[in-house]
Amino acid sequence: MNLNPSGKRHHILSVLVENKPGVLARVAGLFARRGYNIFSLAVAPTDDDSLSRITIVVDVESAPLEQIVKQLDKLINVVAIDELAPGDAVERELLLATVAVPADTRGQVIELVGVFEGRVLSVGYDEITVSLEGSPRKLDDFTELLGNYGVVALQRTGRVALPRIRRRSPELSAVPDAS
Amino acid sequence: MKTNGGSALIKSLELEGVDVIFGLPGGAILPVYDPILDSPIRHILVRHEQGAGHMAEGYAQATGRPGVAMVTSGPGATNIVTPLADAYMDSIPMVVITGQVPTAAIGTDAFQEVDIVGITRGITKHNELVTEAADIPRAIREAFHIATTGRPGPVLVDIPKDIVDPTNPRSAMEWYWPESVDLRGYDPVVEGDPALIEAAARLIVASERPVIYAGGGILKARGAEALRALAELLDIPVVTTLMARGAIPDDHPLCLGMPGMHGNYTAVTSMQESDLLIALGSRFDDRVTGKLDGFAPEAKIIHVDIDPAELGKVRRPDVGITGDARLVIEELIVALKGLGAPEVQPDRAAWKQTISGWQEKYPLTYEQSDPGELLKPQFVLETLRDNTPEDTIVASGVGQHQMFASQYWKFRHPYTWINSGGAGTMGFSVPAAIGAKVGRPDRMVWAVDGDGCFQMTAQELVTAAAERIPVKVAILNNAYLGMVRQWQEMFYEERYSEVYLSPDLPDYKMWAEAMGCVGMRVESPEEVLPAIEKANSIDDRPVVIDFRTDAREKVFPMVPAGRTNSEIQIGPGES
Repeated sequence: MNLNPSGKRHHILSVLVENKPGVLARVAGLFARRGYNIFSLAVAPTDDDSLSRITIVVDVESAPLEQIVKQLDKLINVVAIDELAPGDAVERELLLATVAVPADTRGQVIELVGVFEGRVLSVGYDEITVSLEGSPRKLDDFTELLGNYGVVALQRTGRVALPRIRRRSPELSAVPDAS
Repeated sequence: MKTNGGSALIKSLELEGVDVIFGLPGGAILPVYDPILDSPIRHILVRHEQGAGHMAEGYAQATGRPGVAMVTSGPGATNIVTPLADAYMDSIPMVVITGQVPTAAIGTDAFQEVDIVGITRGITKHNELVTEAADIPRAIREAFHIATTGRPGPVLVDIPKDIVDPTNPRSAMEWYWPESVDLRGYDPVVEGDPALIEAAARLIVASERPVIYAGGGILKARGAEALRALAELLDIPVVTTLMARGAIPDDHPLCLGMPGMHGNYTAVTSMQESDLLIALGSRFDDRVTGKLDGFAPEAKIIHVDIDPAELGKVRRPDVGITGDARLVIEELIVALKGLGAPEVQPDRAAWKQTISGWQEKYPLTYEQSDPGELLKPQFVLETLRDNTPEDTIVASGVGQHQMFASQYWKFRHPYTWINSGGAGTMGFSVPAAIGAKVGRPDRMVWAVDGDGCFQMTAQELVTAAAERIPVKVAILNNAYLGMVRQWQEMFYEERYSEVYLSPDLPDYKMWAEAMGCVGMRVESPEEVLPAIEKANSIDDRPVVIDFRTDAREKVFPMVPAGRTNSEIQIGPGES
């Protein structure tokens, strides 16, 4: 498996769309038509069930990114687009992996899962399935280390992200919050 | 009021002000055709669905109102894919209604089923598969709103049979008409940002070699008068792209004509040498810019477009303004006057002199034919131009005849030039001319066509004859796919591959007559004018004139593909 590390050419687009048939196809089709590769994609309804949020990690330079954002914005069903700078976003991703674990390495794998604060979800005679939630970089590291063992199957969700909450500037911190 | 989806669809079209539908019925759309019998809307029965789409485009281009086409599912729908792509490229407001198999059959590979919403997603401004009868008035209202506002474009509405068939309970609905349109993700910006308009005005009054680069957006914004006012206020020359011909009259002293691959020397070179391009509703198309990194190298750019995605898509503007071209120009004029224009501008006498020098030195020219030789296409067009009313609408196909027409016609009014610019759709002219004539029956409408193009959609002349739509067609018949031949001559060492069509097969005169038109053939220069005069005198049926033209004639000037505009070739062997 060849997972790109979360390099600097990755941009996260958080796209709020109307929850209607075909909207995902419109968004994905636009990327395909303009020749941009979607690195990962996660989509689910929001708290407002008429809207869904699509989190797209895309692999482009900034100039084409501006164009893709503008083209996305032209889609009638796209309500809002946030481009999340990596430092300005809270990102999470979930990984599931089934690993072949003969008796001599079973302990090592379980220990590795423990170090990364993952969980063992299912145990068989010679395989285990584990899960890990966290930042994409943490998942990258875990995936790399897991590669020393026999990975039978590995699935990541693609990241979801929201803007990081802006903290107030230090000089305002003494002012009591009105709310 | 209880109604059914089919009646609601027709009533919705009536409420949108539709006066004509171009279409062809079939199984899935059948229930919608029944209420048409009781509607004041005129339906024009085409002979091929592609014709319906191009007619709707021609109608929209000539009138400014959205064109409407209606076809059945499956092949009916796929036959209108090309007009949708064409309208999308040229930002033409159009609403296409397609029949669809009943909702329960969708996805089963039913008879005449295609996923037309999927197929046309990338070539429509928006499309929708309507699944409930009660959604029809809303969907139609939204379709017209989307097609006609912001950057105009085609919208497709796909209607399954069961929700319009009065014998099916799924078609039952309570009639309503939405008071307003509620689209959360769609709110085009039409007014320019005042700070940016101010910045643009400052660039203009400081520039020494400005050129206005007017595109089709001027016409879409009904901005021809504003454009002229701006140009005259500042005394700045204007180039009109293929999509903007007529936006300022060709005989206006500030009009430089068409730029681009086959633009005239002055239009191309003035852009190339300018220090400020004021791009208004134009999009830096590759046919205008030539090789991009050598395009107008010293020019600063002001770019005004209703579509923010156009700003910086090709060339990064120094000032980019999102907004309606007419509104922005009007605001710009106010800002310029506020800065003291026109008095505060630098002396541009040298620039004007340079431009008029180019105009004098490099006019459009061609050599007249020798006696006994075939006609020069330019001569035919000049004779036609000089012997038709000045507000004649000209619709062209795509290729050499299109470029000759754009070069040699003198457009004196906006909306008198209708062609397929972005998509380059051969076969566009005959149906587009028919649609234009339906929209503007008061005007004379000439289709200028090539023999290759004519063979693609000529059957719509049957429609025109049957519906008494008296368009006139000038076929510049050089027996070749002329533009392809030109490229093979110039860039493929005269290796002519699959471009010969024959002047006599088909016999265009007989074909025209078989379709209920008057057919004529013209082979010598002295026959040209009498044939045109005869055509002009016929007003009860279409006329087709087969002009036998010289295949060796090439379109010049030319900027070969991949070259910069500085490498413009004036004529064969000249640069």
